[in-house]
Amino acid sequence: MSRHFVSIEGLSKVYPSKEQDLVVFEGANIGIDKGEFVCIIGHSGCGKSTILNVMAGLETPTTGTMIMDNKEASGPSLDRGVVFQNYSLLPWLTALQNVSFGVRARWPKWNKAKVDAHSSHFLEMVGLSGALHRKPSELSGGMCQRVSIARAFATSPKLLLLDEPFGALDALTRGVIQDELLKIWSETQQTVFMITHDVDEAILLADRVLLMTNGPHARVAESVRINIPRPRNRANIIEDPAYYKIRNYLVNFLVKRSGQLSGSAGQVGGATQEVDPSVEINPKNEQSAALKAAI
Amino acid sequence: MASLNMKATLLSLLLLLVGLGIWEAMNQVPAASTGLSEYERMMGGADQEARVPPPSQVFSHAWDELSDPFYDAGPNDKGIGIQLAYSLYRVLTGYLAAALIAIPLGFVIGMSPLMHKALNPFIQVLRPISPLAWMPLALFIIRDSEGSAIFVIFICSIWPMLINTAFGVANVRTDWIKVARTHELSPLKTAFLVILPAAAPTILTGMRISIGIAWLVIVAAEMLVGGTGIGYYVWNEWNNLDLNSVIFSILMIGIVGMLLDMTLAAVTKLVQYED
Ligand SMILES: Nc1ncnc2c1ncn2[C@@H]1O[C@H](COP(=O)(O)OP(=O)(O)O)[C@@H](O)[C@H]1O
Ligand SMILES: [Mg+2]
Repeated sequence: MSRHFVSIEGLSKVYPSKEQDLVVFEGANIGIDKGEFVCIIGHSGCGKSTILNVMAGLETPTTGTMIMDNKEASGPSLDRGVVFQNYSLLPWLTALQNVSFGVRARWPKWNKAKVDAHSSHFLEMVGLSGALHRKPSELSGGMCQRVSIARAFATSPKLLLLDEPFGALDALTRGVIQDELLKIWSETQQTVFMITHDVDEAILLADRVLLMTNGPHARVAESVRINIPRPRNRANIIEDPAYYKIRNYLVNFLVKRSGQLSGSAGQVGGATQEVDPSVEINPKNEQSAALKAAI
Repeated sequence: MASLNMKATLLSLLLLLVGLGIWEAMNQVPAASTGLSEYERMMGGADQEARVPPPSQVFSHAWDELSDPFYDAGPNDKGIGIQLAYSLYRVLTGYLAAALIAIPLGFVIGMSPLMHKALNPFIQVLRPISPLAWMPLALFIIRDSEGSAIFVIFICSIWPMLINTAFGVANVRTDWIKVARTHELSPLKTAFLVILPAAAPTILTGMRISIGIAWLVIVAAEMLVGGTGIGYYVWNEWNNLDLNSVIFSILMIGIVGMLLDMTLAAVTKLVQYED
């Protein structure tokens, strides 16, 4: 197996309790290449946030390690930026101050002018140049999430972790910010790991989509390649011949197979299956063909 | 909104005029009003000067006092400004000393469950003690009335600040702590850049409660230790049976207390944030 930029091996998280320990997920192996955009999908409560928090260093894994850029990653670090679902902006700071909070932490030696210039540049990239001096309470949910995204991108982390960043937004706002995220991602060449529960969002954004089975004992069962050329946007993506194949495959997994595969701890081939629905008509019979195509 | 404020102001003025009018009318002729004659009897055959003076007299006296607030004619005759300055000096000294200890200690208690559990029994026992109960012990140990009064202010203003700081710090949203952690902030920077601003409104609320209590207590403390200060002044004028001065100084205590509270309210507004 080739070494990935980020490689997670044998990761599991158990919450001990008096009656029965809760094994949230186990045996998670995830590889992410530099510059790749990876989404992870799974039912609510299967442990997506827990995986992300472990990757962020906010929680310690029960077993397993995470290697990033040839170094073991443990504990929180500026190398791994996080965008939380509830924005987590500091309400007493303005939009600009929230972003420069991160920038100053990243480059403590920069002077104020440089910090401000850098921070406003990233706020501009998410279309907020008109709201630099407003506090979060004076911004809409969508604008708050843009500030949060700008804060994370502005610190140029090696890996960006997003936990359902658009979960709380209405569909229209979500679409606009998805486009902005794609733009800022292609400009910065960031490596991104993102949780979503929205299949269309995952197809629009990701190079690969990881599928998690239901918890407890959740596993990262499959890695689905999104073989749709970039640049993508919401209008043209549905015209791609692969779009519905991929979409049906993902929906089928969420509706049927995530439940069927769940709880089967120690199953043969615990390794993540690589799948490319765009070259495959019937996922059940031709998985080996898909495997070959993926290699 | 504006019309509501207008109405409220008019109503306040009306109530004030009615109140003053009744007060004035009831106190024109000595011993004319039954309620007051009883009071006069209680004062032991007081002469004409001893009746509750009507507001007109109080205000003309207030005018005299306020036109020269800082005169100093010996130990028993000082202007109201000097007396208030003594009281304010004691209150602010004790209060600031209390803040210097309560806020850092509150931080420690708020951040460390161990310290919280260990110190809580002491706080629970010491807090309900009336500050004046410390006075004899303070006088014995400090051997100085000034220092004792300041100590009493210190001990009464420390608790609200300590408890509010600990509560505010312990209840900072975990999301914000996570932001600090993912930005690799040192514990000191986390305390100053995240926890302090997050807990500031709660801390300031404690400080506002404390200054109110300190101003209540200083009057009683100065009545006990004597010498100078607005509390001593009230008691001294009572002994002189100068009710004009008593009423005037009561009003001044209220006004200064209100100004102290307004100052803290303004500072609270500065650190308030909308979540
Ligand atoms: N601190 C904790 N203690 C015990 N159980 C937890 C804790 N945090 C999360 N869990 C459990 O772990 C499971 C996965 O949670 P989470 O990662 O938030 O799921 P997801 O993000 O996929 O919706 C849930 O069943 C949740 O109840
Ligand atoms: Mg979650």
